[in-house]
Amino acid sequence: MKLLVNFSRGKGRKPIIAQVVRDTGVLINVERAVIDSSEGEALIDVPDDQCRLVSDTMTKLGARVRILEHGVTLNESECVDCGACISICPREVFSFNTDFKLQLVEERCVLCGKCMEACPHNALTLPL
Amino acid sequence: MRKSIDQINERIRDGNARVVTAEEMPDIVADLGVNGALKEVDVVTTGTFGAMCSSGAFFNFGHAEPPIRMERIWLNDVEAYGGLAAVDAYIGATQQSTTREDQYGGAHVMEDLVAGKAVELRAISRGTDCYPRRTISTDLLLENLNQAIMCNPRNAYQRYNAAVNTTDRTLHTYMGTLLPNSGNITYSGSGLLNPISNDPKFRLIGSGVPIFLCGAPGMVVGEGTQHSPAGGFGTLMVTGDMTRMSQEFLRAATMFGYGVTLYVGLGIPLPVIDRDVVRATAIRNEDITVEILDYGIPSRNRPAMRNVTYAELRSGTVNLNGEEIRTSSLSSFRKARLIAETLKDWVRQGKMELSLPTRAINHLKQVRPLYETVKGPRVLDIMDRQVVSIGEGEEIKTAAQTLLKGETNHLPVINREGILVGIVTTFDVSKAVANPGKASLVRDIMKTKVITTTPDEAVDIAVRKLEQHNISALPVVDAHHHVVAMLTAIDLGKLLGGRWLK
Repeated sequence: MKLLVNFSRGKGRKPIIAQVVRDTGVLINVERAVIDSSEGEALIDVPDDQCRLVSDTMTKLGARVRILEHGVTLNESECVDCGACISICPREVFSFNTDFKLQLVEERCVLCGKCMEACPHNALTLPL
Repeated sequence: MRKSIDQINERIRDGNARVVTAEEMPDIVADLGVNGALKEVDVVTTGTFGAMCSSGAFFNFGHAEPPIRMERIWLNDVEAYGGLAAVDAYIGATQQSTTREDQYGGAHVMEDLVAGKAVELRAISRGTDCYPRRTISTDLLLENLNQAIMCNPRNAYQRYNAAVNTTDRTLHTYMGTLLPNSGNITYSGSGLLNPISNDPKFRLIGSGVPIFLCGAPGMVVGEGTQHSPAGGFGTLMVTGDMTRMSQEFLRAATMFGYGVTLYVGLGIPLPVIDRDVVRATAIRNEDITVEILDYGIPSRNRPAMRNVTYAELRSGTVNLNGEEIRTSSLSSFRKARLIAETLKDWVRQGKMELSLPTRAINHLKQVRPLYETVKGPRVLDIMDRQVVSIGEGEEIKTAAQTLLKGETNHLPVINREGILVGIVTTFDVSKAVANPGKASLVRDIMKTKVITTTPDEAVDIAVRKLEQHNISALPVVDAHHHVVAMLTAIDLGKLLGGRWLK
């Protein structure tokens, strides 16, 4: 399960992710992170059954956590199955099936948004 | 053996014609041989669905009361060309909205009309004795127009070069997003299903030949603009009745960072009249080769990295200098197939009869570049030949003095051989002086990645370098990397009011 974590570094500058790993023992996979002097956002991946635990612990430490049920979504009525997204995606989310219809492996998506830009038909959206 | 077009049409009328797609044909020819296939197959259908920027439509709006001679015309804020009589207009696919920029354009106006949506017409005029009205504004549906005739100057490119980007930044082109350092390859075209690739000598495709255009029956007008079949890049000008088109085969699109374009669905049924047609329609993706061009070079003559076939491109990866690079198609092979299949049904059901060209298309023509009588400004026209430079082993203090004395903000740094090795700016020197640390020599603080230009380079290319790297000066270097001049933002001022802006 993927979680989007926002934290403000205003007070304390707590090492939230490190602390959660230590306290819960859950191994967190950081898939994408943007952190600057005042705030940060990280997309993390945790095992489904420990998602709630990680989320609650992080919230207690002052982070805002959103559980992301979905990766990128495809609007089938806009998609023309060109495949412009296929080589752009760093995680190989997209491919053609044997009929050259576009198919997605949503779980691989790290919500980087590169495919949204590359899609000529505005058929891809992120759940953010 | 030969089959006449009349024989084929008679079979179509009787419902006995054997129609196959260009994808099925190679195996049939392999199985039955050329003579067997000629006997067996009457029609081969083709199809392609991709971005075709050179597309548009003529509209006739009908006369208002009191009447207006529309001089400037907008449809949903997209300007249409109004220099055609009073109430005619031509809308081009790539024309962008005055309000929504690249998110909406002529292509979207066409798609909205075909989808049954209302489009707002606005027009202005000077007013004349016969056309007194000066402004008009009204909402129109496709059915309210007297005519909506799609007429596309350049469609159905026989094949198209693939694109790669060897620079270190992402490029946004009409060939889609190109990742840095050859991170991906993009290509376009339906390969073995492409109409012209199945008739490269233009024996069957020519003026008056019936086609499938965006879901409606249409017709080949003649050769397309930029038609260059001698090198394998033939094109077609085509027309069709927009009121019968379908959104499934006509889609507006935006290439990020480039602009609006129209995805056009086009297919041509080819009558199998003789052995040469059989041989031509037996073409496979393996037989169609294009070059992979480096779009990192902003020139008309982009260097080719290697040749590649459509079979390789469609496989998903292509080997480039020992590395497997992922490919992306920009056109839809699934839709191209669907078009060839739909056309097959049309012909089978007798909805479309075939004809040979009423006027042939030249298959030996070669496109020429623009004949330019006035060359645009080059760097050497405006560059500053007074170069103040500094040696890499000099002290920072010396650099500060040189900057002051030379009244400049940029110091190219050279080594003992006089070759450019870095650059320091007033900012770099001030920073080093304000925070005295270990750095004492110019080489400690210089930027070694220097963006340069050459005397021959077009000023427009140099300006894009300044913009992209957010810098304000470029050393101008010769072939040996010696600094011969500087080009700064101040030099660009020479273009204003000068001979280049007459």
